[in-house]
Amino acid sequence: MNDDVKPVRLALPDVLSLGTIGLRTRRMRAVLSALGIAVGIATMVAVTAIPESNERALMNELAALGPNLLQVNAADNPEQDFGLPAESVDMVSRIGPVTSVTAVANTHTVVRRSDLTDPRDGSGLAVLASRPDLLETLESTMYSGHFLDRAGGAVPTVVLGSVAASRLGIPSVPSDAPPPQILIGKSWFAVVGILATTPLSPEIDRSVLVGWEAAQTSLGFDGRPTVIYLRARESAIESVRAVLPATVHPQEPSRVRVTLPSDALFAKRATEQTFSVLFVGLAMVALLVGGIGVANTMVISVLERRSEIGLRRALGANRGQIRIQFLTESVALSALGGGAGTAIGVAGTAVYAIANDLPVVVPALAVAGSLGGALVVGVIAGVYPSIRAARLQPTVALASA
Amino acid sequence: MTRVLSVRDASKHYPGGVTALDRVSLDIDAGELVAIVGPSGSGKSTLLSIMGTLDRPTSGTVELAGHDVAALSDRRLSALRGRWLGFVFQQFHLTDGLSAVENVSTGLLYAGVPRRERRAKAVAALERVGLGHRITHLPHQLSGGEKQRVAIARAIVNEPALLLADEPTGALDTANGRAVLDLFHRLHAEGSTIALITHDRDIAAQLPRKVEVRDGKIVSDRTGVQVR
Repeated sequence: MNDDVKPVRLALPDVLSLGTIGLRTRRMRAVLSALGIAVGIATMVAVTAIPESNERALMNELAALGPNLLQVNAADNPEQDFGLPAESVDMVSRIGPVTSVTAVANTHTVVRRSDLTDPRDGSGLAVLASRPDLLETLESTMYSGHFLDRAGGAVPTVVLGSVAASRLGIPSVPSDAPPPQILIGKSWFAVVGILATTPLSPEIDRSVLVGWEAAQTSLGFDGRPTVIYLRARESAIESVRAVLPATVHPQEPSRVRVTLPSDALFAKRATEQTFSVLFVGLAMVALLVGGIGVANTMVISVLERRSEIGLRRALGANRGQIRIQFLTESVALSALGGGAGTAIGVAGTAVYAIANDLPVVVPALAVAGSLGGALVVGVIAGVYPSIRAARLQPTVALASA
Repeated sequence: MTRVLSVRDASKHYPGGVTALDRVSLDIDAGELVAIVGPSGSGKSTLLSIMGTLDRPTSGTVELAGHDVAALSDRRLSALRGRWLGFVFQQFHLTDGLSAVENVSTGLLYAGVPRRERRAKAVAALERVGLGHRITHLPHQLSGGEKQRVAIARAIVNEPALLLADEPTGALDTANGRAVLDLFHRLHAEGSTIALITHDRDIAAQLPRKVEVRDGKIVSDRTGVQVR
């Protein structure tokens, strides 16, 4: 006798099949109401995946540039003309893990394209005396021409940084014609090469490089370096960094500043590329609107399907079974939107990344979070309509047909 | 005779002083074919709802298969309804977008019949009502008479102890209505217990037992000649 009234539990496949009747029989409506969720999720995936792709690209770039480059500056104001001790470069090269070291020195002279321009206007460019091994330590390459010759010719030579070249109006160095000449102070110099852009040392891009000895003879340079660049074994980079100030300037180590240019570059780029909170907010609003759309669809669905609800009650469905049917439908709608949105978001990220030559990175956490968010929205959107459906009196529901 | 349903002194009052049922008592035994007849507004639909446990009486008791309906929770009462009762409505209430066999299978879902057994049983029920050739048709591909036969198949698929039919021929033309009535007679002959609500005295006159309802009361309850 008790078996007569033993409540029936629906198996999971039955619940899923019940919960998708509305989707299967009203496809257009299901697609449209899932669209709102899809837009929200797609935005969410894209705004997390695109910065991630950018960051990965940046990491790759930095790894290629080498994260083991250290830069040593004089700590404070350049007006004081505080050069580092002349012997400091040799001292640094004696630190064990240091693999290469070079230096430049600001000559505080003005560079001009010709003698017809204002002698005080140096176009914002610095004239640096450069040691001959600069190129190796910076792991930079020539964009055009060649680097400074050790044995200078009759006319002293210079090499331009990439920005300096464009400011001085020298796009490239002709190989079969006399080199263009520029004026530094009162002397003419022949441009024999242009450097490729050096992302880790932007100050080199904006400079005109003169040979170390040439600077001493023709520009009155005192031989004291202002910036030392060095590379060290990556595992020892922190210990090298720690001993550098005392090595470079034993008398006043506190006046020496050591930086890791890759860190600074990373921080700068990362801030430039991080999508603002606004985008995430926008995605949240889209998801919210999508959720309201689903709730709306569900409310209408319950109203339209009153007779179906009444019939199911007559066939033996209890309130809980009606509730779970409509709740499942709401979650299924959102899941549909969430799945489509993830696909759209990933596709969008891929298109953006490929167009910008970035690696495609879709963080699994963002995808999981978005899908989870869609499901939560589906549950929340379905609560009220499913409770309404379950509360319908069977007689009223059947009479409404 | 096994008693299937017993209604004792059931009254139904609606807010505003409307009395739809006034101390009605009615017993139905296994194997009976009962007509409940009355004009519209007589309370026969309310009586059907109470007999079908879709509604509870304001006072009085309803016993289905020996269980006092008032004492059962929604979950237990629903389970009892799913196992013991079958419903046929004037408006068929088939789910659009589901095939005939899927609609019939729904009649087994809430009775706890395992999924793998449902289809075979549903097909058998459709064959029993003469629709073995319409199994995969959708409701809009069926005629009114066929739709009602699908609905009857859904009501009998789980072998209910009592089949409740509310104006089953009300939305059908004469020929289809007759075919449906013949089907009820046949099901009765095969052993089903059926209560058929109608306003049509001609239909009621053909059934072995006739209960007349008027103004919320049973005015007559006659068992005539057993017509087969």
